Amino acid sequence: MVDMESTPESWARYTPQQRLQRFLIYLFSIAAIVWALTSIDVIWAWVWDSPEQMGDLFGRMIPPDTTNLGTILWVLLETVNIATIATAVAVVVSLPVAYIAAQNTTPNIATLWLGRFILVSSRSVNTIIWALLFVAIFGPGIVAGILAIMFRSIGFIGKLLGEAIEEIDRRPVEALEATGASRMKVILYAIVPQVMPVFWSVSILRWDINLRESTVLGLVGAGGIGLILQGAIDTFNWQEAATVLLAILALVIIGEFVAMALRRRII
Amino acid sequence: MLKISKLVKRYGNGDPVLKDLDLTVESESIVAIIGASGAGKSTLLRCINRLVEPTAGKIDLNGVDLTALRGAQLRHARRRIGMIFQGFNLVDRLTVMENVQSGRLGYIPLWRAVMRRYPKQDIRRAYELMERVGIAHYANKRADALSGGERQRVGVVRALMQEPEILLADEPTASLDPKTSEQIMELLRSLSREFSLPVLINIHNVAEAKTYADRIVGMRYGRIIFDAEPDALDAAAMDEIYAGTPAEERAEAGAAETLQAQTA
Repeated sequence: MVDMESTPESWARYTPQQRLQRFLIYLFSIAAIVWALTSIDVIWAWVWDSPEQMGDLFGRMIPPDTTNLGTILWVLLETVNIATIATAVAVVVSLPVAYIAAQNTTPNIATLWLGRFILVSSRSVNTIIWALLFVAIFGPGIVAGILAIMFRSIGFIGKLLGEAIEEIDRRPVEALEATGASRMKVILYAIVPQVMPVFWSVSILRWDINLRESTVLGLVGAGGIGLILQGAIDTFNWQEAATVLLAILALVIIGEFVAMALRRRII
Repeated sequence: MLKISKLVKRYGNGDPVLKDLDLTVESESIVAIIGASGAGKSTLLRCINRLVEPTAGKIDLNGVDLTALRGAQLRHARRRIGMIFQGFNLVDRLTVMENVQSGRLGYIPLWRAVMRRYPKQDIRRAYELMERVGIAHYANKRADALSGGERQRVGVVRALMQEPEILLADEPTASLDPKTSEQIMELLRSLSREFSLPVLINIHNVAEAKTYADRIVGMRYGRIIFDAEPDALDAAAMDEIYAGTPAEERAEAGAAETLQAQTA
């Protein structure tokens, strides 16, 4: 019981020591930003010049040149296919990875670390860098693009799916273990149904992301619409570049709608 | 017949949760296990089907020493031990039929489980049992669409699908309202008679225990300190079982004492 005589009248969220600590953290953050700003070498003349340049570029892009529209649309379809195939394969491959990377399902500590190693190495390398690597191995083209997107997606899907497995309700698992069901059957009946919603939403989200990523793969020679964009920019064919950019914009918007419709249907 | 002898369970290096516990249950009877939270009731039940690994002692079910089993043998033995849970422990996103059939997972091949192609006799048995407990019309509904009492019936049918030699029920009515709770206790009692099953029930509601059980086992700090017919559970025995527990738990135990006063 609090003695009424000595009931405190002042209260502070933080102790003086905590306040000092917080102040130092703010100070440090500001110092870091200031240092970052002073360390980069900005040519300010080019920055002030940019509105004029933008207008100039825009002028050269108009009107968009549609003579190669047939080819552009065809390659755009190829881009969609890269994203779709890569997502499908990545989804399948990421299932066992998620299983061994989740703490509550992994067979032992070695498999847990193996799973985490696969996830981290897949995620820490950007799609473009994977693409550079695979272009070097398989030569330029669509195969390198599919593999690049797939390798990056395994980490993404595997990580989110693994976390979903770790967050499942343990109780149905216990109940099925009590019936004498084997490990595989417990997974199928108690774990799989619980992670199904996450599985679908993550797969659709990744397909959506992959659609965007596959449009830039061509910049490093890994197939898709980026190849044509690169070609147009290199030859200063800004009118065709404009057509490609508009086509990509349309594709991404359509992809967004498709993903939204799928999400609504499945979940 | 279930024969537990010198059962010890210790978590880590602490005080044992179960201390040299002996318990024998003959066939076809309802045994209610009462005791304060932390007395070891749940651990005792889970030691029987080895969801919890006993530290020492023997558990003999119809001539099989359950504590000695490993891997496939253990799964084989678990098929004959049905369990019912406080939280029902159903798979919410599966249908009632799938939940019920998951009681047969230990018996059917993997492809049948994957394809949901359950054997004809299992489907018939499922419908018979669901009809028996009044949930047959829910077969195609998702488990999470049912009410608490209905969900527990699914849990009961799942356990019965195993063709069990014994039923373990861990606080089966603690998540249910009083009326539904009585219905489930009544159901367990009549099923015990129908299938000649011994049923071990952990229960907090002492009044229910006295009404539905053939025998009451009182646990305190990992030991059995009371074991007799319900009529023998008097105020003195209650005091001993629930001695030294927090006030809330004594209030819960008090329900039995009022019942006692009424019958006296």
